[in-house]
Amino acid sequence: MSIETRTSIVWDYAPAPESADHIRLKDRYGLFVDGEFRDPSGGRYVSTINPATEEPIAEVADGGPDDVTAAVESARAAYPKWAALKELERAKYLFRIARLIQERSRELAVVETLDGGKPLRESRDVDIPLAAAHFFHYAGWADKLHYGVNAREVEPLGVVGQIVPWNFPLLMAAWKLAPALACGNVAILKPAETTPLTALLLAEICQEAELPPGVVTILPGDGSTGAALVRAPGIDKVAFTGSTAVGRDIQAALAGTTTRLTLELGGKSANIVFEDAALDQAVEGIVNGIFFNQGHVCCAGSRLLIQESVRDDVIAKLWQRMGCLRLGDPMDKNTDVGAINSAEQLERIETLVAAGEDEGATRRTISCDIPERGYWFAPTLFTDVSPAHRIAVEEIFGPVVSVLTFRTQAEAIEKANNSRYGLAAGIWTDKGSKAFEVASALKAGVVWQNTYNHFDPTAAFGGYKESGFGREGGPAGLRPYLNIVR
Amino acid sequence: MIRRLPHVDRVGIEERAAQLGKRSIKTTAKQQGIRLAVSMVDLTTLEGADTPGKVRHLCAKGVCPAPTMPEIPSVAAICVYPQLVATAKEALDGTGVKTASVATGFPAGQVSLEAKLRDTEDAVAAGADEIDMVISREAFLAGDDTRVQQEIVAVKEHCGDAHLKVILETAELGSYDHVRHASMLAMEAGADFIKTSTGKASAGATPGVCLVMLEAIRDYADRTGRIVGFKAAGGVSTSKAALHRLVLVKETLGDEWLTADRIRIGASSVLNDLLMQYAKTESGRYGRSEDFSKE
Repeated sequence: MSIETRTSIVWDYAPAPESADHIRLKDRYGLFVDGEFRDPSGGRYVSTINPATEEPIAEVADGGPDDVTAAVESARAAYPKWAALKELERAKYLFRIARLIQERSRELAVVETLDGGKPLRESRDVDIPLAAAHFFHYAGWADKLHYGVNAREVEPLGVVGQIVPWNFPLLMAAWKLAPALACGNVAILKPAETTPLTALLLAEICQEAELPPGVVTILPGDGSTGAALVRAPGIDKVAFTGSTAVGRDIQAALAGTTTRLTLELGGKSANIVFEDAALDQAVEGIVNGIFFNQGHVCCAGSRLLIQESVRDDVIAKLWQRMGCLRLGDPMDKNTDVGAINSAEQLERIETLVAAGEDEGATRRTISCDIPERGYWFAPTLFTDVSPAHRIAVEEIFGPVVSVLTFRTQAEAIEKANNSRYGLAAGIWTDKGSKAFEVASALKAGVVWQNTYNHFDPTAAFGGYKESGFGREGGPAGLRPYLNIVR
Repeated sequence: MIRRLPHVDRVGIEERAAQLGKRSIKTTAKQQGIRLAVSMVDLTTLEGADTPGKVRHLCAKGVCPAPTMPEIPSVAAICVYPQLVATAKEALDGTGVKTASVATGFPAGQVSLEAKLRDTEDAVAAGADEIDMVISREAFLAGDDTRVQQEIVAVKEHCGDAHLKVILETAELGSYDHVRHASMLAMEAGADFIKTSTGKASAGATPGVCLVMLEAIRDYADRTGRIVGFKAAGGVSTSKAALHRLVLVKETLGDEWLTADRIRIGASSVLNDLLMQYAKTESGRYGRSEDFSKE
């Protein structure tokens, strides 16, 4: 270019941190039982920390077996009245909760980010609005249950025990509580050990909405609290989202009992890019599929299947795009990749990535400044991966994508289905007929076409194979919380 | 020439473009971004009522946009009709600000190739440093890619040393696939810049259109090594919109593209909004449009 350069202005985004000044967190949160916060029977409190700084945020009660018993008693006492309440009245409570989530959305987004490490951009634009949307959606179903299950006569199940993971703390609580309550059940929810705060703020919201005591119980604690909850007498149904190992344990514990169960477990979802795809948008979808929430997403598109004819193009574009990802302070509005949720999870990611290198795959990790404190893992791309490698088989649950290739549509389907999991899949093609053919051949609960990690309360979500059973979202999400009478 | 041109997914591209509009540009980043944007402005007047007097006023404004804020740079160019090129050239002499002229039967381009070339020659002879031509949408939409390219090649030949910006008029092309296709045709025919719009159509440099063209520029540079510039014109009337376009450039092509050699913003009203927003970062108060002269 012959036009002379007259300016040499360097332009980078200045830090744009969201303020936490408006947050009114208590120093200490008890268990939310019978409509009130109370101390745990064992008196034990544990600190929940900010994974981006390793600093404690608040102390949270650790529920023990006696607390589980008390929670079940309170829930059982609340159940008859709640189940007998006119449907429209139940709906009003849910609408009220949805509106309160919206009103307190900024606060909830900041707390979600502080407690879990996810970028504020995501908690603000995805987690909190979707949580509210789920309550709105199921509030609408409360007086139309009959139509949600093919005009059958239905009744609620009773007391449901729900255990949610740490990757989408408030959103998963909404996915669980909203349909359960809409159907007339009462719920005991155990948030994850590392991210209990937004569930406890949701307890405050339940108080504010004047939800009758005992209808929602929030029982923070660790794995042992969850184990006690699922085995407690008086629980009619268990809904669990988390790892396949724990899911297996719960299913074994409930075998031979009348307690119903739904599980939403791990995944190793295939994201399939055909040569006729809109490649730049496919790259965007790959990034969103695996680096969204640091890859802490059960349906993450962690197995990238690229048609060989466009492999080099796609990898070049993907690598260039990965270089634009901004890793750092999750509270900064321009951050794309936040902190890994816990030291334990970071170790798991590092172990699997090391295994990938040992087994001969080629690793590329973006170069970026890693903050000194906190838990971080820079976005990583593995090429030369073969289907037998651990990184192609096991769920990493981190910002690590493994690239495999295929030659034909049949091979793509075969490779995508060659997994013990079957939670989600993505298809990238401009050809409608191909998309439908492939989608119907995939053994995955959710199949996205030309997009990835898009969630909507009207759409059912759930797995095939070791990814679990039962559906959440939409009318299908009512079924696990209802008994069909006739 | 058998070469697969990747498709563009409308939903995907608009989502990505909108997401980049959410970058938080504050404090020093905002000041630098505004100064950068000012330095890329092609300050434009394309009215039937344009006179030498108006053009001289505009040139003075372009050279020194805000006398009270000396850190604000000159704009990149003043863009006028061929008739007024000589006036602008004289007014801009020695300032470093370029004289740009629209040509080739702007804005519709519905004239013969001879008339287009003559138009170009006139502007170049009058001293234009840059020529903004329109593609023949009539040929493009009729599927005659060859004629579209031949016209660009011919105009380029008549440009001499002047730089050629090729206006695609994206609002009339009908789809993002067409925008991408037209971008490639123009670059392969020798365009120095590709430009979104004339500013006379129903829509201009929407975020989606800008992103599609920037991706085409990136792919073309990767493939051929030749660098083609980008000009967003039409509808970029606020600082927020201008900074959004710069974010699209930064995160698609990279920091080295953020210079007036490679990126331009064609506009008439955006300059004063940039100045108002800049003044606000200094004073902390919102100004009024009357604080700055219109031209």
